[in-house]
Amino acid sequence: MALSDIVAAAEAAVAHATTPQELDAVRVEYMGKKGQLTEQLKSLGKLSPEERPAAGQAINEAKQRVQELINARNNELKQAELAQKLAAERIDVSLPGRRAQLGGFHPVTKTIQRIEAFFGDLGFRTVEGPEVEDDFHNFDALNIPANHPARADHDTFYFTPTTMLRTQTSGVQIRTMEQEQPPLRIISPGRVYRNDYDQTHTPMFHQVEGLMVDTDVSFTQLKGILEDFLVNFFEEELEVRFRPSYFPFTEPSAEVDVRRKDCKWLEVLGCGMVHPSVLQAVGIDSEKYTGFAFGMGVERLTMLRYGVNDLRAFFENDVRFLKQFN
Amino acid sequence: MKFSEQWLRTWVNPALDSVALSEQLSMAGLEVDGIEPVAEVFSGVVVGEVVKCWQHPDADKLQVTEVNVGADELATIVCGAPNCRQGLKVAVATVGAVLPGDFKIKKAKLRGQPSHGMLCSSSELGLSDDHDGIIELPLDAPIGMDYREYLELNDVVLDVDLTPNRADCLGLRGIAREVGVLNRLEVTEPEIKAVPAAHDEERAVVLDAPAACPRYLGRVVRNVNVSASSPLWLQERLRRSGVRSIDPVVDITNYVLLELGHPMHAFDNDKLAGAVHVRMAKPEEKLTLLDGNEVTLQNDVLVIADEQKPLAMAGIFGGEGSGVTENTTNVFLESAFFSPDAIAGRARRFGLHTDASHRYERGVDPELQRTAMERATALLLEICGGEAGPIVEAVSVAHLPEAAHVTLHAERLERVLGIRIATEEVTEILQRLGFVVITTDSGWNVTVPTFRFDISIEEDLIEEVARIYGYHRIQAAAPAAQLRMIPRQEAQLSAGGMKRTLIDRGYQEAITYSFVDPKHQAMLFDETAALTLPFPISVEMSSMRVSLWPGLIGAVAHNQKRQQQSLAFCETGLRFLPDEKAENGVVQQPMVAGIRAGKAYPEHWSDGERAVDFYDIKGDVEALLALTGAAHAFRFVADQHPALHPGQSAAIFRGEKRVGYVGAVHPQFEKKLGLNGRTFVFELELDAIAKRTVPQAQPISKYPSIRRDLAIVVKDSIAAGEIFAAIENIGVNHLVDLNLFDVYQGAGVAEGHRSLALSLTLQHPERTLEDNEINTAVKAVVEMLTSEFGATLRE
Repeated sequence: MALSDIVAAAEAAVAHATTPQELDAVRVEYMGKKGQLTEQLKSLGKLSPEERPAAGQAINEAKQRVQELINARNNELKQAELAQKLAAERIDVSLPGRRAQLGGFHPVTKTIQRIEAFFGDLGFRTVEGPEVEDDFHNFDALNIPANHPARADHDTFYFTPTTMLRTQTSGVQIRTMEQEQPPLRIISPGRVYRNDYDQTHTPMFHQVEGLMVDTDVSFTQLKGILEDFLVNFFEEELEVRFRPSYFPFTEPSAEVDVRRKDCKWLEVLGCGMVHPSVLQAVGIDSEKYTGFAFGMGVERLTMLRYGVNDLRAFFENDVRFLKQFN
Repeated sequence: MKFSEQWLRTWVNPALDSVALSEQLSMAGLEVDGIEPVAEVFSGVVVGEVVKCWQHPDADKLQVTEVNVGADELATIVCGAPNCRQGLKVAVATVGAVLPGDFKIKKAKLRGQPSHGMLCSSSELGLSDDHDGIIELPLDAPIGMDYREYLELNDVVLDVDLTPNRADCLGLRGIAREVGVLNRLEVTEPEIKAVPAAHDEERAVVLDAPAACPRYLGRVVRNVNVSASSPLWLQERLRRSGVRSIDPVVDITNYVLLELGHPMHAFDNDKLAGAVHVRMAKPEEKLTLLDGNEVTLQNDVLVIADEQKPLAMAGIFGGEGSGVTENTTNVFLESAFFSPDAIAGRARRFGLHTDASHRYERGVDPELQRTAMERATALLLEICGGEAGPIVEAVSVAHLPEAAHVTLHAERLERVLGIRIATEEVTEILQRLGFVVITTDSGWNVTVPTFRFDISIEEDLIEEVARIYGYHRIQAAAPAAQLRMIPRQEAQLSAGGMKRTLIDRGYQEAITYSFVDPKHQAMLFDETAALTLPFPISVEMSSMRVSLWPGLIGAVAHNQKRQQQSLAFCETGLRFLPDEKAENGVVQQPMVAGIRAGKAYPEHWSDGERAVDFYDIKGDVEALLALTGAAHAFRFVADQHPALHPGQSAAIFRGEKRVGYVGAVHPQFEKKLGLNGRTFVFELELDAIAKRTVPQAQPISKYPSIRRDLAIVVKDSIAAGEIFAAIENIGVNHLVDLNLFDVYQGAGVAEGHRSLALSLTLQHPERTLEDNEINTAVKAVVEMLTSEFGATLRE
C-alpha cells in the first residue's frame, strides 16, 4: 500500500475513534511494534542505499503526521470526557449550606462589654466583687449609716441584719480603694438586687459603676467623660443634661438625662463628686485627692439602645428574644 | 410632696408657666415627677340654689327641684340624692354641660318629670370617689358662678420627688423659699399671728429625754366643735396634695404639715392624766396605735406619755385612746421638735411610715414650733370654735441643734467644680438661700439656717452653689490623667472568652436569677445546703443558687413550652455555697455552665437528624478546656451526681482536684423540672480554667510522621480513658499523637467485649524513624495493653 494511503487510512481511523481505548488501538495499528508504519520502516532494508534516505524521511514524516493526529484526537477526547464528567457533577448551588449553629451574647452582656470597651480605652480597669455583701461595704462606707433614710429606699434583700445581696456595685469601689491608693480609674459591672418586682422593676438587674480618683478630678471632667460616653454609646445626636440630685456617697450629685430626637428627657445615670467621707472611710486623703463616681443601669441603657420595651424579657431567656441580638 | 400650683403662687409668683416652673425646680434638684390637672375636664357646671324641692310623684327615691342658676328662669331638675333639700347651694350641670367621660347633659324626662340639668356629686365631677350624695356648697357661694372658677379648678398639682437631704422642702414654705431663690423674688408668708389665751388652763410638759426632744409646745383648746366640717378651700388644698379630708382637727394638723412642713398632733385633753412626759419607752412597754395594732417598744423609742401611760410614738404615730374622736370637746395640741437621730429608723422598725416620721427623721426646723402652734390654733378656732389656752413651752436650749458654721474656700470650690465662679455671685447665692455669709480673703464663712439639716461640710456648700449657679452653666472638659497601661495578662482567660467559645459552638448566653426555686434546687443537690432569703419576692425565688443548673434548666423548660426544641444555653456567674469560714458566711464562686437539649445540629437536607448526646456536650467542655492550652491536665471520670443520670455523668478533674461535672439530667427529674426529653448539662469552676499556658514554641520536625493503627479487643467495662492514660504513662518513644478512631461491638467480637481502633502517630524531631524503632514502640504498647487490660489484637 502506498504510504499516502496508509496515512489517509490512519487519519480516517483516528477520526472514527470515540474513546481513548479505540484511539489507542489505532495507535497500535499504525505505530505499534507491528504497526503498518513500523512495518514500512522495517521494509527500508529492501531498498537501495540511494533510495533509503528519501523513503526513510517520507515514512518518518508519515509517522509524525499520524502521531500528531492521534495527539490532537486524544486531546479532543480528554476534553470531551472532562466536560462530561463536570456536567455530571453539577449541583444545585441554591440549596442551603450546612449551618454551623451560632449563638450569641445576652444583650445585657453586650452592653456591659461596650461600656467596658469605652472606659477601658481611657484606662479604666474592670473590677468585680461579691454579690452577698456586708453592710459596711454596701452602706456604711458609702456614707449611708444605719438609720439613714436612703437605706429604706433600697428595698434591700437582707440575709441577716448585717449581710445582704448588694444593692449597688459601689461596694467594689470601696474594696478597691481599701487596697489601692490613687490615682484610680475603675469600673465595676455586675448584678445587683432590690426587693421589687413589677413592670419596670426586676429583683435582679445590672449596674456599671465607675470611679476616678486623682489629684485634680473635677465636676467639669465628670460632665466631659459622661457626655462623651453617652454620645458614643448611642451613636446618635442627643442632648445630655445634668440635673442636681442627691446620693449619700457623692457631692455635688447629679442625675443625667438624655433626650433623643423628638423624645422626652430620660434619666440614664447618676453621678457626682465622691463624698469626702467616702474617701476618708477608706483611708484616702480627701484634701489631696478628689474623685468622681457614676453608676448606670445596664438594662435601661440596653432597652434604649435596642428598643426593648419589657424589662422582664431580659431574664426570661426566650431564645426568640435573645437571637435578635446575635 | 404634691401641692397645688395656685397655692404656691399665693406665696411666690414667678413669671413662668407650669411647665417652665417645673423645669426650673427639676434643674435645681427638686425633681418634678408630674404635672396633673387638679380636676378632669368638665364645663357648664355652675353654682345654684335649690329653691324648691318636692317628692317625685312616681318615684320613691327621686325628688323634683327648682334650681336658681342665675338665669332668668328656674331650672327644673330631678335629683336622686338623699341630701337634696330646699335652700341648699349646689353644683349644677346645666343643659349643654359636658362632664368627665364626655357625658353630655341634655333635657330629659325622669319618670314623666322633665329634668333640665343635673345636681352633681363630687364623683360625677371626677373630684373624688365620694358617693355621699350631691355637693353641699357654703351658703355664700355666688349663684350662677362657674363651678371651676368658684373652686379655682383651673390649677395643676405639681408632684415633687424630694431627695432625702431636702427635708426643708417637705412643706410649701420650703418650696416657696426655693422658688424665691431661683427667681430672685420675695416670698410672701401667710400672716400668722399669736392667738391670745382665752383661759388659763395649762398642761405641764416634762422633757425626760431632752436630747431626743429638746423642745415641746403644748396648748389646751377648750370647747371645740369637732363635728364642724372643714371649709371647702381647706379640703381642696388637702385634696390637691393627695390628702383625704377626715375631720377638722386632723385636717388642720395635716394642713399645717403641708403648709409649713411641720408635723403636729392633737390629743383629746380629757383623756390625759397629769403632766405630759416626753420620754424614752420602757423596755417591753406596750402601746396600741391609732390603727389598732399593739406594738412592744424598746428603750430607744421616744414616746409621749402622761403620768400613767404612753400616749403616742413621738413623731411617728398617735396612740389609740388618746386621740381626738367625735366625742372630743377639749383638745391638747402638740408642736414639738424631735431630733432626727431619735426618730430615724424607728418607724421602719415597726413597719410604719408616716408623714410625720418622714419629716422628723429628715429634720424639722427647730425654730418653727411656735409658728406651727399659732397657725393650727387660729385655724382650729376659725373652723371649730373654742377657746385657746396659753402655750406651754418646755425647752432644753442646750440640746437644741446648734447652727452649723461651715467654711467654703474659693480654691476648693474651683478645684471640685473645675470652674471659677465670681466671688460676688457665690456670696449672693448663699445669701439668697438663707445662709449668713461673711466673706474672707480665702472664701466664705457661712452660718447655716436652722431649717437646713443637710449642710455640715464644705462640699455641702459647693453643691448648693453649683445647684443654684446651674449645672448647665458648668462646661464639660475631658479628664486629664497620667497614661498608665492596665496590666493585661496573656495567661488570663476571661469569662467573656469562654462564653465566646461556647457561642461559636451554638450556645446562646442566658442570664438567670441568682435565686431559684428551693424545691428544684433541693431535688438536684440534695446534699448541698443553700443560703435562703428570709424575705424573697416569692418562694420560687428564695434560694440562692448552689449551681447555675437550676436557672439554665428553667430557661430550657421555658423555651420548650414555647415550641423551641433545640436549645443550647451557657451562663457565667457566681454560685453561693454557705461556709461559716468564708467572708459573710458564703463562698461566692464564679462558674461557667452550659445546657443542651433537642437536636445535635440544625436540620439540614443532606444529613439525618440526631438528638444531642453526651459526647456533644463533652466536646463543648473539651473545647473550653483546650483554651487553657493544657487540655491533657484534665480528666473525665465516671462519677455519680444526684442531679445526673448515673450512667451518663462524669466528674471533671484537673490533676487531683474535681472542678466540675458533665452529664445528662437524671431522667427521674425531667418531668418535675418541666423538661421535654434528655437534657445535658455541664458546669466548671471558672477559676480552674481561667489560666492558659503562654506558648513556648518548639521546632517543627521536618521528618515524616508514621501512623500505625491497632485494633484491640478488651472487656467493655474497661474505660477508654484508662487505656489512653496507660499508653501515655508508659512513655512511648516519639509518640506525637494518639487517637481513637473506631469503637465496635457486635459480630466478630465476643460478648461483653468491644473493639477499639487506635492510631499511634510517631515522629522524630531530627531524623526519619527506622522501621525497627516503630515496631518496637508499637510492640511495647501492645504488650502493655495485653498485660494491663487483657487486650487481644483483633485480626
